[in-house]
Amino acid sequence: MLGEGILKGLAETARNFVGSYVSKERMTTVQYPEERIAPIEATRDFPFLVYDGGDWQAGMRCVACQICEKECPPKCIYIEKSKDKKPDALGKPQFYPAKFDIDISVCMSCQICVEVCPFEAIKMDTEFELSTTDRFGGLLLDRHQLAKSNQHYHHIHPTEAAEVDARLAGEKAKTNAKAKAAADAAAAKSAAPDTKAVAPPAKVVAPVVKPESQEA
Amino acid sequence: MIDKPIVDQLDQVFILLERWIVSFLPAGWQAVASVVLNVVAIIAVFPALFAIAVLLERKGLGRMQNRLGPNRVGPFGLFQPIADGLKSLTKEDIVPISADPVVHFLAPVFLVVVVFMGYAVLPMGRNMTLVKMDAGLLFYFAMGASTELSVFMAGWSSRNKYSLLGAMRAVAQMISYEVPLLMSSVAVVMITGSLSLEKIVAAQNQYSYGLPHWYIFTPWGFAGFALFAVAATAETNRSPFDLPEGESELVAGYFTEYSGFKFAEFFLGEYVGMLSISGLGATLFLGGWSAPLAILGWVPSWIWFFGKVMLSICVFIWLRGTLPRLRQDQLMNFAWKFVLPLTLLNLMVAAMWRFLGEGWERWVICSAVLLIAYVAMGRIGMRHGHIGTRKYRYAE
Repeated sequence: MLGEGILKGLAETARNFVGSYVSKERMTTVQYPEERIAPIEATRDFPFLVYDGGDWQAGMRCVACQICEKECPPKCIYIEKSKDKKPDALGKPQFYPAKFDIDISVCMSCQICVEVCPFEAIKMDTEFELSTTDRFGGLLLDRHQLAKSNQHYHHIHPTEAAEVDARLAGEKAKTNAKAKAAADAAAAKSAAPDTKAVAPPAKVVAPVVKPESQEA
Repeated sequence: MIDKPIVDQLDQVFILLERWIVSFLPAGWQAVASVVLNVVAIIAVFPALFAIAVLLERKGLGRMQNRLGPNRVGPFGLFQPIADGLKSLTKEDIVPISADPVVHFLAPVFLVVVVFMGYAVLPMGRNMTLVKMDAGLLFYFAMGASTELSVFMAGWSSRNKYSLLGAMRAVAQMISYEVPLLMSSVAVVMITGSLSLEKIVAAQNQYSYGLPHWYIFTPWGFAGFALFAVAATAETNRSPFDLPEGESELVAGYFTEYSGFKFAEFFLGEYVGMLSISGLGATLFLGGWSAPLAILGWVPSWIWFFGKVMLSICVFIWLRGTLPRLRQDQLMNFAWKFVLPLTLLNLMVAAMWRFLGEGWERWVICSAVLLIAYVAMGRIGMRHGHIGTRKYRYAE
């Protein structure tokens, strides 16, 4: 009969109305600034630069190769390569970014910079409360603002960070083995005391491997 | 029982208050002052009810959708209407460069004025009618029909095709539903024999076996009330008939080009119009200010009137939370092919009720005629596609 559907609909809304006062499960609202739900692990919004150890400038993984700058679809990354070289975590001299700016008002959170980075230096952050009263300067983040520790990375994306650390450790073990093989080869040629001189590089690796052991 | 004089005083508290205030003035001024006081009271009370209605709507709709609704301003969000009012007052008032500034300014003012004029004849309690007019109902409908002019003024003066389209839709809808609105009220006039809203309430303010003689408790009155409610919903542009101002498609329709306080005036006009038409519906079919049971006669009459109005507002909100918006063709078909024929039939049924005399026969005959007509028209309408889902001839 005409109007049956309307009555059914009215009954449904009435049920919801009463139910919202009776059952707590119905109300899914989270009162945001006071209450928060933990972000899921895959959450991502804007990129940050990972550094190892305690000093953000010394531990910066970025070597200013500028691949991310070239790949960035909205062109929100600006990098100036350094003139000099600094030793990286391995002790190998590398370029470093003299300037690394990301305009997060332009960034579209596509994660392509993360995909293309060969040094695991840029990762996605989960910080979303970025509102500012200065819409130009306030949203243009420089390298100091972008630099965040590996511990932070472990904190926001534990699984992913563990994988990255394992991979880096593997690579480092490989380079170490290579260096050791080279050193052994050199040692085989020369006298025995020379092998001890090769030992220091292996110690430099230690701080990088440390987070992984924390995870385990 | 409760002391009679106190009950009477409580019932007439506003009248006594008015007389007391007026008594301080010289005799020559008293008549004017009393009218001004009444007008001020109406202009103060109904916007306050409007604020309550908006809050109820936002909270109620939220709960129907399992949300909390506004809860930040004050305890439980009770001061939200104040915040909204302040916001609309402080907003920039933008007039489009090609708009007709005079008409653009007058449209919301005119709407608010005519909407408030309707209250002049509504009996809001025993002896609480501003103007005791013999043709009160006629005056009310004349004022109600003037809102269409305001809508069209707004749409036309904005010089925006969407505003104009919204205004055209609104005017078409309001004129279409004006006919059943009037026709369903005419049945009441036929039975009462008067256009005076005071007399209509007086005719319903009688009790037999402790039950009231409200018109809704008769077959023609029930049908009339249902049809009146449908027409009133459409007349006030409320969901599901809110397509002239559909937020999601027309961006407020005829008042797209209004901002700030003028926008708020349209909003106010709409809600105050809703309160006013609820008041009229209560007066015509729900016994106005009379109590629902004879033993509740000691409760002040104005409580019943405002209670009935707020109850209707709750039903409006419930309907809005439930029904999706109609399409223009569905709306028109429903008005002209379903509601209007039924109101015409209801007029005949009311006449039958009048002439079949007292007795059980008229209950059976009148109910049967209306029920059969409703079911049959529903079936025929659905089959021919006048109402219900639309059949596409070429698509698929």
